[in-house]
Amino acid sequence: MIRGKAYVVGDAIDTDQIIPAAHLVYSLTIPEERKMYGRYALSGVPADQQGLPKGGQPFTAEDSFESEYKVIIGGSNFGCGSSREHAPFAIAEAGCEAVVAESYARIFYRNSVDGGFVVPFETRVPLTERIRTGDEVEIDTVRSTLHNHTTGEDFLLNPLGDVADILKAGNVFEYARQKGLIST
Amino acid sequence: MGQTLTEKILAQHAGRERVAPGDNIWVDVDILMTHDVCGPPTIDIFKREFGENAKVWDQNKLVILPDHYIFTEDPHARRNIELLRAFAAQHDLQHYYDVGTSRYKGVCHVALAEEGFNRPGNVLFGTDSHTCTSGAFGLFSTGVGNTDAALIMGTGKIWVKVPETMRFVFEGELPPYLMAKDLILAVIGEIGTDGGTYRTLEFDGGAVYDLSMQERMTLTNMAIEAGGKNGIIAPDQVTFDFVRARTDAPFQAVYGDADARFHSEYVFDVSQMVPVVAKPHSPDNKAPVTEVVGTRLDKCYIGSCTGGKLEDFEAAARILKGLEVKVATYVVPASTEVQRRMKEVTIDGQTLWDIFESAGCMMGHASCGACLGGPIDTFGRAVGTEVVISTTNRNYPGRMGSKMSAVYLASPLTVAASALNGVITDPREVLV
Repeated sequence: MIRGKAYVVGDAIDTDQIIPAAHLVYSLTIPEERKMYGRYALSGVPADQQGLPKGGQPFTAEDSFESEYKVIIGGSNFGCGSSREHAPFAIAEAGCEAVVAESYARIFYRNSVDGGFVVPFETRVPLTERIRTGDEVEIDTVRSTLHNHTTGEDFLLNPLGDVADILKAGNVFEYARQKGLIST
Repeated sequence: MGQTLTEKILAQHAGRERVAPGDNIWVDVDILMTHDVCGPPTIDIFKREFGENAKVWDQNKLVILPDHYIFTEDPHARRNIELLRAFAAQHDLQHYYDVGTSRYKGVCHVALAEEGFNRPGNVLFGTDSHTCTSGAFGLFSTGVGNTDAALIMGTGKIWVKVPETMRFVFEGELPPYLMAKDLILAVIGEIGTDGGTYRTLEFDGGAVYDLSMQERMTLTNMAIEAGGKNGIIAPDQVTFDFVRARTDAPFQAVYGDADARFHSEYVFDVSQMVPVVAKPHSPDNKAPVTEVVGTRLDKCYIGSCTGGKLEDFEAAARILKGLEVKVATYVVPASTEVQRRMKEVTIDGQTLWDIFESAGCMMGHASCGACLGGPIDTFGRAVGTEVVISTTNRNYPGRMGSKMSAVYLASPLTVAASALNGVITDPREVLV
């Protein structure tokens, strides 16, 4: 179960909007640097698109390193653009646990799963106009459903399919160890 | 039922007779490439998972090409170069191209070609989405994140879901006012930025085989802008000549079967195509240049892995020779080899470098430059609400440094023509 406030964005949120390239200089391991990824997560989204439908609501508040939102609701082709793993990392570092989008760019999806950062769910129907930023939502990760506590609506999500085993293992290394593909 | 070129390469590297789209397989990797942005975090994960003193799976197959944040005072960016340097020394890596030395190359995708790492039939992974560029040499290449790269670094293996192949056939004779950039922008405009998601984009047809390797690389480079897993072109004599001039390493060319099954097929007659741009803020926002002619510009940019190769500058120089630009124009060679060649190759006795300088262009050093914005002091970075026309490959909001700016993507010919007038200009107006 993943429960918390939803943050809604539009179509084709590319990796430069998720984490602008200027911030990629920070270490992903040194604690005082890695928190900058939470600070700047989704900061590249144009102001009027930040937190739909209203806009003007940054994902992470000014001078904060953690977001108040637990679930991102996106449109089509979420995470398109570069291969930077810093993108799902930044979303996770901000405290967000899942993305629910109509479709994903391949590398973002793979990075989310293989690194064990966020769970990337696909919707069966577009949700960006059915859910508003700030709505309280709950994802049943086993049954692949999303419940909107604010409106009372329920939505079916696509089952995770092939990647469920990697997500369950934690990341691709644990998965590979379980399969005997790496011995260390 | 036969297999496509991509399927056959993947099957060979999985030790199987055949694979089918949708199969999840583990493949052996021939080359892993990383750079200064994703190298240090990849190394951190490698050490976390395999141990502080673990050895990389094969020190001759790991290529490290710092290229993103090179000419900057940013202390964190400089620290990342030091981390790469230390790792290369610890592992005695032969293929580390250090900043500040004569070995420094510049943009990784162009350098991979120049240094002979793109070999037909191979499997190449890189921590950069434009790793698909290498597919121009008839190999499977794609971009991955730090975690996947760290897994390869430790084991030489990675899982791949076999993609379906979309086939793009270009026939006819390419007119002198068109470049590969126009062709690929037309493809992306037709299928959209997610039209190739999870799939291979294979380029074929007489017009493709008429192209040089540099122009073929422009096609495969932007497969990712259609969401593609990889772009690929079957190798021919042009490919072999290029590779053999760069390396003695053995390779085995692979070709798709005549009865291979494709997801879809698109056919273009290049003689009927026109110069195009991708309007702000998406690479699939295609328009013929004629539709945006006269758009006022603040900046022109010629550079990057897709638009900063020697032939890109030759094309632009043909237009700018003997004339002056009317708007700030930034010229950034992709690699040090390109930069050196620009000072050797001449048009009517004048070097390309001199043509650009005489035209009033600002000349940068070989690197990714402002293609992806980068640190605040990056050469040519977009600021404020600037309107930019660029030979680069992405124009999502903020890509070149300012999310208020508006970026048009176009061929080097179109960008050079626009630089002359200070407004977007059809290259057919100025080409003689």
